[in-house]
Amino acid sequence: MTTPLGYVSVGLYALSLVLYVLHLYQGKPTAGRAASALLAIGLLTHYFALLERARAVHAVPYQDLYGSMSLFGWFLALTYLGLELRHRQRTVGAFVLPVVLLLYALATFLSPAAPPPPPARGSLFAFHVTANMLAYSAFTLSFVFSCMYLIQNRLLRGRRLGAVGWRMPSLELLERMTRSGVRVGFVALVIGTTLGFVAADRLRGHYFSFDPKEIITVLILAGYAVYLWLEGSTSWRGARASLLCALTYLAVVFSYTVVNLFLSQYHHFF
Amino acid sequence: MDILLIGLNHRTAPVELRERVHFSADQARSAAATLRSQGVLREAVLLSTCNRSEIYGVPQSAGAEALTAVENFLCSFHGLDSVALDGSLYRKQDHAAVEHLYRVAGGLDSMLLGEAEILGQVRQAYQAALEEGVTGPALNRLFQAAIEVGKRIRAETDLGAHSMSVASAAMKLAEQIFGSLKKHSALVLGAGAMGTKAAEQLRNRGIARLRVANRSSDRAEELARRVAGERVPWEQVGDVLREPDIVVSSLAGSEWTLTRAQVAETMAARNNRPLFFIDLGVPRNIESAVAELYNVFLYNVDDLTVIVEQNRKARENEIPRAEAIIAEHLEKFAAWQTGAQAAAVLNELRSTLRLQREMFARDHAEDLNRFGPEDRERIQRLMDELLESVLHDPSSRMLKEKELRDKLRDIELFRELFGLRKDRP
Repeated sequence: MTTPLGYVSVGLYALSLVLYVLHLYQGKPTAGRAASALLAIGLLTHYFALLERARAVHAVPYQDLYGSMSLFGWFLALTYLGLELRHRQRTVGAFVLPVVLLLYALATFLSPAAPPPPPARGSLFAFHVTANMLAYSAFTLSFVFSCMYLIQNRLLRGRRLGAVGWRMPSLELLERMTRSGVRVGFVALVIGTTLGFVAADRLRGHYFSFDPKEIITVLILAGYAVYLWLEGSTSWRGARASLLCALTYLAVVFSYTVVNLFLSQYHHFF
Repeated sequence: MDILLIGLNHRTAPVELRERVHFSADQARSAAATLRSQGVLREAVLLSTCNRSEIYGVPQSAGAEALTAVENFLCSFHGLDSVALDGSLYRKQDHAAVEHLYRVAGGLDSMLLGEAEILGQVRQAYQAALEEGVTGPALNRLFQAAIEVGKRIRAETDLGAHSMSVASAAMKLAEQIFGSLKKHSALVLGAGAMGTKAAEQLRNRGIARLRVANRSSDRAEELARRVAGERVPWEQVGDVLREPDIVVSSLAGSEWTLTRAQVAETMAARNNRPLFFIDLGVPRNIESAVAELYNVFLYNVDDLTVIVEQNRKARENEIPRAEAIIAEHLEKFAAWQTGAQAAAVLNELRSTLRLQREMFARDHAEDLNRFGPEDRERIQRLMDELLESVLHDPSSRMLKEKELRDKLRDIELFRELFGLRKDRP
């Protein structure tokens, strides 16, 4: 059920990405500002597209893979824009927007004609999903930042900093942004998962049912806990911690794709 | 409205000669005022920096005499024989003079391509002339446009964006690692020319703590005082090495080398926090194997020179974009200039026709006296209105239509056609 608003949002994100890339390669501040403005407008139209969908299904639109991806993309763009405003660092946009665009474009173009009617699960469940989506977005951003750190670190140590390298954020800032992303994601995932356990208890009568999704989520939390513990330590600070963060994110991807689609009994789309 | 320029710069004259024709700020003001009071120039701006001395002006009368007069003035002001300036002076007029100033303001004519200081100097030179009251419509327009060109080139191109010295390239690298240097500390080893430059750059970028060490404690003391840093006794360098995030080394000779083992020890002591070594020494002061250590960044003079060279090329690649901005403004200025010239010619034409009308009335006074005073006044008014209506259409077309003005580029022909005065008041 893709609406004209959905297509407009995809268009705006795509234009924003083009301008972010231009900003990264040519360092034009006007391109960067225009990219942020388009992203903000895209977020707004995307919000109304989500609202339309939510009104149609009378729930947060996570009842199918496409709705879930769209929501994920929206959260990702929103958290990125927040970070951009806080750190005044626009070069990251060229790395984050492709993920947003991919998620949302897939959601928009592959959207089924009508979303399936959702089972009534209450607001607790909706909060569980929303918090976890926020966590996924924050982890995605951390993944992008840690990859950028690894690239930039390699370029700097190899004395091969090219035109783009000079425009990237400093290693220290990338490290700080990775850390804040993981912290936000970690807290959101703890809250989301706790709400999920409570909702599961209400729906099924028990908190934990050894569903693969529950297991992988606990593993993801453990992975990020290890990252937060090690990232400031003597032997891990810097590139090793960033690598650990990037690898832990692979578990998030595994959870969102393979586990959702093939393994989990209760989680199919988020 | 002719604009002329006479000057010399780093390309045409050696420093000894540039020094001799340099104008201090006060000299520039008084020279401009003299050029005007002597009737050589109607408008004048003097731009004098360590790399150039240039006189921009609008002459009282058109022609090559004005250039010779300014040149003679330049020689007499500095007590120079004109032979001394042979081959060093450039003389430009109109389009070429305007283009030259635009290139200067944009940093294209600077010794260090794209440097920013010159734009401020152009602004100051203009400001001084403005305060002295020696500018007029042409130079006001020209200098305001030149400042605009300079600003646009800085904002819209990367002509001034990349570091052009080894020390500033090193600082840029430090910022790529640490971001702002305001929460970081640095140690500068060596108080020679390179060490001094690096220490100054660190201070300018707001480094939180700056320490200086040198084998000769006097020089270290002096440098520390100059950059508001602390002097570290040479014997204690090993002890304090664990604290700074940036170490700049520029020691001469090969007696002192920082080894991989020493740095490994330092890194363990500072919990592997990133450490940036800038080795400006020749021969190198730091073992190249140090770069293999985790979280250590090491750049030597050659690495930094490669960056500076890349930056120079990057700046050169920006020249066409800067030139496009200049071309755009040259066209604007030419359009304004033709418009201003057209307006001036039309005014002259109007006054000439009025004069002729008055002469006509005087010649035919007898005929006119046959009428009563009221009718005479009416006839005079009608003649004025006729003149205005004859001039109205061509005037407004000439001022509004760019194409027409382009066709009338050679406004002097127009003057000749109507027998207008060549020298304007």
